[in-house]
Amino acid sequence: MTDAAELVIRTQELLAAHPPATTERTDFLKARFDAGLAWVHYPEGLGGLGAARSAQAVVDAELEAAGAPDNDPRRIGIGLGMAAPTILGYGTEEQKRRFLRPLWVGEEVWCQLFSEPGAGSDLAALGTRAVRDGDDWVVNGQKVWTSSAHLARWAILIARTDPDAPKHRGITYFVCDMTDPGVDVRPLRQITGEAEFNEVFLTDVRIPDAHRLGEVGDGWKVAQTTLMNERVSIGGARIPREGGMIGIVAKTWRERPELRTHDLHQRLMKLWVEAEVARLTGERLRQQLVAGHPGPEGSGMKLGFARLNQEISGLEVELMGEEGLLYEDWTMRRPELVDFVGRDPGYRYLRAKGNSIEGGTSEVLLNIVAERVLGLPSEPRTDKDVAWKDLAR
Amino acid sequence: MSDLLYTQEEDALRAAVRGLLDDRCDAAAVLARAESDRPHDLELWKTLAGEMGLAGLLVPERLGGQGASHREAAVVLEELGRAVAPVPYLTSAVVATQTLLACESAGAGGGEAAELLGALATGRVIGVLAVGLAVAPGAPLTGVRHEDGALHGELTGIADATGADVLLVPADGALYAVDTAQDGVTVTPQVSLDLTRPLATVSFDAARARLLTPDAAAAVRAGLRAGAALLASEQLGIAEWCLTETVRYTKERHQFNRPVGSFQALKHRLAQLWLEVVGVRAAARNAADALATGSADADVAAALAQSYAAPVAVRAAEEALQLHGGIGMTWEHPVHLCLKRAKADSIAFGTAGRHREALAELVDLRAP
Repeated sequence: MTDAAELVIRTQELLAAHPPATTERTDFLKARFDAGLAWVHYPEGLGGLGAARSAQAVVDAELEAAGAPDNDPRRIGIGLGMAAPTILGYGTEEQKRRFLRPLWVGEEVWCQLFSEPGAGSDLAALGTRAVRDGDDWVVNGQKVWTSSAHLARWAILIARTDPDAPKHRGITYFVCDMTDPGVDVRPLRQITGEAEFNEVFLTDVRIPDAHRLGEVGDGWKVAQTTLMNERVSIGGARIPREGGMIGIVAKTWRERPELRTHDLHQRLMKLWVEAEVARLTGERLRQQLVAGHPGPEGSGMKLGFARLNQEISGLEVELMGEEGLLYEDWTMRRPELVDFVGRDPGYRYLRAKGNSIEGGTSEVLLNIVAERVLGLPSEPRTDKDVAWKDLAR
Repeated sequence: MSDLLYTQEEDALRAAVRGLLDDRCDAAAVLARAESDRPHDLELWKTLAGEMGLAGLLVPERLGGQGASHREAAVVLEELGRAVAPVPYLTSAVVATQTLLACESAGAGGGEAAELLGALATGRVIGVLAVGLAVAPGAPLTGVRHEDGALHGELTGIADATGADVLLVPADGALYAVDTAQDGVTVTPQVSLDLTRPLATVSFDAARARLLTPDAAAAVRAGLRAGAALLASEQLGIAEWCLTETVRYTKERHQFNRPVGSFQALKHRLAQLWLEVVGVRAAARNAADALATGSADADVAAALAQSYAAPVAVRAAEEALQLHGGIGMTWEHPVHLCLKRAKADSIAFGTAGRHREALAELVDLRAP
């Protein structure tokens, strides 16, 4: 079932039975999921056909050519990129059938309840408690930096179920119903003036044991699947030269000669070179993936992009001169998406500061590169084999 | 889009060159030779160029070469960079060869260029472009006069001239071939920062010269562009060696009762360096592929590669030195060979800054 020609036939059958022009968007997406053409590398019956991951491109190209609606992966990114692979890897058959279809179709938005005020980079230090009570778990605690929590129907949640175990071993992974009355979502306003994220307070939230993912106490291992998928951000897309933030600044430079200074020119060219090299590095990684030999470059891509985005957006504010002193709008808003391109330089500058913090801080990612790619020894740990309850907080 | 990977043939070529260099070009030997009055390893050159046929990679088969491309030459340079090998590969097999190829394809010089290409391809003749190593592609050429069929004047900073049999000399707008073994040609070694790619002064006193092309500018530009583009692969080799060796050392070296490589301050520096080396690989492959395929983007690719690779190679060597501590300052530890080569390379064929200025024109991001 991995044959490209066969996939094309299946896709055309889908299009014939549900013409995009006359089919309601959600109906089309449901039919696509049921035809196994949602994510072809998933198993049959769960939106896939057990095909190679690379075969998806064949299907996507056919559907795009026919003007079929897509499932807006940006809006449902957390569900698609993090919850789904975790459910697929650790969920029961019942969980897979219940959650994957509405997730993919976009009927149910997901969020991720991992980070806490006292546990960011040291995620395993988390203190949100889940205590067993009959067939349920009772959860109390506070989470933070939760994108989409105000839109989400479900959350992936990690909570401490055994405070007597060392911190990595006493954690369990759950699916949390965000409509539960004990879930209180409050906007968390950021430096951009917007509330893209939330704080989530959990007070006596009852989660049925049937919504546990993986074994009790195995949550750290399950969370690794989620986190690994979070950082796989380099997909199949080719980026053109000047495709990122550097393109915005280059365009301004060309169109506004009155803004140019020699100092800015030096910095612009240095960053142009670095952005182009980062693009080529991504392209090289893509070519390696296509050739079936993924390279370690991916581990560093996010690091590079974070630093570049920050330096380029910083340069852009200065380039704008007097206009750089202004800001488009400080009104508190709740955006569904992070949109760098359609905003002003001040927003880009401020928002890019998050790039080296979200999804793993640059410091933690440098440790990962040093240890997993270069094989350098880890630092001695003082928290190993110490019960979580005995750790300093 | 460029093919940024290595083919199986390129991997095999790398293995062969690395195997030879492991046997024949260890750091102690390079160091001993650098202090002698014969800095080039001509025995090693004979094996690389003659027996392995690498000097003729860029020369078409019809002219006696291998008919390979810049992609393969770049792989050879990565390995030569790792070993800081004292052989005139970049100068003879890349820059001089590319310059002659431009003359040959222009059809000028009555077969002189074709004949020389065949000779250079065998490796038995070493040819060097008599343009200062610091000169960037497209920069104005100066120095030598052509009068009554002979050359007069002096040039400085000519890399590998001490080992050269033939010099390609721009004079009064044209390009000439000059045999060094004749009266009227004097090659005087200069004391070079990089002992493994020695510089010399060349003076001509009524030296006999054969015309290669009346248009030196285009041919020299082609040669220097290939030099700049493929130098990035040599810089990649240097940077990679520095990183690998430093990672190895910091894993073994203990201070404060633990391997120094376990300290986050050092790990972050090495991880950062790794990121930059990964970038150099992409930029260097892109430049080699652009030349190999005759891409319209070759000027951008070459300038981009030099803008990025040169500072990274220097930083890699400087980081390696610092993270080796006191041992890095010693004459017997090879890191100084890398540092001297990397620093000299950062000036060769134009500095990173010069290449960024060239890029600004090429991609329409003009200075005020």
